[in-house]
Amino acid sequence: MSSETKQILTTDGIPLEVSLKKAEKKNKIKAFLLVAPLLFFLIITYVFPIGDMLFRSVDDKMVTQMLPKTFKAMENWDGQELPDEEVFAAFHDDFIKLVEDKREGKLSTQLNYTKNGFKSIIKKLRRASKKFEEGNYKEQIMSVHKRWADVEYWRAIQRRAPEFTGQKYLKGMDMYVNEEGKIVSVEEDRRIHRVLWLRTLEIAFFVTVFCFLMAYPIAHLLATLPMKYSNLLMICVLLPFWTSLLVRTASWMILLQQQGIVNDFFVGIGLVADDNRPEMMYNKTGSYVAMTQILLPFMVLPLYSVMKTISPSLMRAGKSLGGTPFVAFWKVYFPLTIPGIGAGCLLVFILAIGYYITPALVGGASGTLISNQIAFHMKSTLDWSFASAMGLMLLSGVLVIYWLYNKIVGIDNIKLG
Amino acid sequence: MALPKYTEPHYRIWHYIYLTICAAVFFFLIAPLFVIFPLSFNAEEFLSFSDGMKRLDPDAFSLRWYKDMIYGTKNPWGLAAKNSFIIAIFATIGSVILGTVAALGLSSRHMPYKGLIMAVLISPMIVPLIISGVAIFFFMAKAGLAATHTGIVLAHIILGTPFVVITVTATLSGFDHSVTRAAASLGSDPVNTFMKITLPLILPGVISGGLFAFVTSFDEVVVVLFLAGLENTTIPIQMWTGLREQLSPTILAVATCLIILSTLILVTAELLRRRSERLRGINR
Repeated sequence: MSSETKQILTTDGIPLEVSLKKAEKKNKIKAFLLVAPLLFFLIITYVFPIGDMLFRSVDDKMVTQMLPKTFKAMENWDGQELPDEEVFAAFHDDFIKLVEDKREGKLSTQLNYTKNGFKSIIKKLRRASKKFEEGNYKEQIMSVHKRWADVEYWRAIQRRAPEFTGQKYLKGMDMYVNEEGKIVSVEEDRRIHRVLWLRTLEIAFFVTVFCFLMAYPIAHLLATLPMKYSNLLMICVLLPFWTSLLVRTASWMILLQQQGIVNDFFVGIGLVADDNRPEMMYNKTGSYVAMTQILLPFMVLPLYSVMKTISPSLMRAGKSLGGTPFVAFWKVYFPLTIPGIGAGCLLVFILAIGYYITPALVGGASGTLISNQIAFHMKSTLDWSFASAMGLMLLSGVLVIYWLYNKIVGIDNIKLG
Repeated sequence: MALPKYTEPHYRIWHYIYLTICAAVFFFLIAPLFVIFPLSFNAEEFLSFSDGMKRLDPDAFSLRWYKDMIYGTKNPWGLAAKNSFIIAIFATIGSVILGTVAALGLSSRHMPYKGLIMAVLISPMIVPLIISGVAIFFFMAKAGLAATHTGIVLAHIILGTPFVVITVTATLSGFDHSVTRAAASLGSDPVNTFMKITLPLILPGVISGGLFAFVTSFDEVVVVLFLAGLENTTIPIQMWTGLREQLSPTILAVATCLIILSTLILVTAELLRRRSERLRGINR
């Protein structure tokens, strides 16, 4: 063929192209082997456990496995009227087995999540079941408590038959599946989670805004001052950045307490009366003030690193072309700082939305965030699947922001100090 | 920032307003830290300035809370400090080794799927700590490492490596790869090249990444709260319990020590940063 060109060969007689590809592949493997230890370490100890959270949040096998015969018998039940003797007998069998294994307490906790009122009737049933006679379990169980004769409670049991459930996610949004299988919201006075989500967003948003408003002027000052002054002032930003979060929170607890220095100052200048000192801690104010100060360095540093690269001659050019300093600032300087603003705002927002320690210490009841609720379910109620579900809802929000961050700034461009 | 003489009066006023705002923000940033300092020398058991302190009466000041911190009966701080240092040191070593090696691979031109892998490696820094805490707790509980030092060290390695990866990759971005090729052409094997050529050049980045990892571990409280048992208590856990239950001046003494420690770390980090900037400046 005419297009056939002579292949370039290496000294070993292998075509150059093949040889290069081979070398390239070797380099790729070498590079990957360097990353591999950390990558696999993180995948095992971190990425899989987050996947495990996903599994836990929808896993509902516990009840399914505790009442296998009952659910089998319930397959033929339409859920309209009380189930027949077959279901009751199967339930009795399962229940006796659970009592033998001392697991009926777990069942009552689980069923109580679905419908309130199971705890006491299961306790009563356990006591009564010792004296049960064989046959006609329907009558015997129903006579233990009137709720056992209520079809609602049997429907509640039936709802726990599937092995997987999205119910925890619904609960995180204050919704549930009602008796007819429709998704509805809980009554208005019991919507605690929606309030928390909104409050988390609200606090994270305003903390970001406050941080931006405070960081912009000082980042500008730091970037325009001569080196010897700016280095000194930079310490004011970096010292809090390196200081323990708990130390900084402690200092705000001292400052904001009712007999604290801020209140003393307000009384001193006559802003408030001595006997009418405002409560500045254990509420939203506390969360706002402390979180803004703690997150401020995370806004200053990206803004500073961008402003440092803007040549001062640009502003002079703007002014010499007839712009007032404000016009020159708004039309020339400000647009150039937008990458820094984006980086800083997203960083602060991501950090604020998952804040836990500071709101727990200075936020009181009205200043706590969704993270505090997750910790509460992890440590106090031990409803780990619900904690996982809420954690993943928070995580998906953060990932969206992270993705935006990556689009706008690029993760490789994160600068530290 | 002196203004030129021809500046019009209203811009002059604006400029002074701007400087005042800056001063106020700097005050807001730094002043809270300095409140702790004098109060930790309070002779009384209050967390506000006593009348004696306001008059600068020497009797109103004492080292009482520092003594309590060190010699106090049933005092948790000794054990906590020991644990904190042990955990932080091992976590730093682990993070630095894993992070530096990974950064070397990541900054190679040949690295496949760089963006995706970087995203995974950085993720512990971006994912809210509470979620990391829950996930790591599930893992450690399954692996039987909850309430052990090993478990906490591993958890802190997870949280610390992103900082090492970021600082070392940044240092390597200004790294002239022809020097390693030169070493190889002179017959040096890769390990020797790394130890003799690459490492000394990227050392500032490695150390400052290590400092980040150390501070991350030393200050970390959210994940430790899930993982630690009574034996593994750390300084942050003790501070957390103290701040929740009762705010005693002993905590302020501890806080003062921590501020001094962070000042030392800050100075080291700054010196390193300048050194590495100088080095990179020469390379360009």
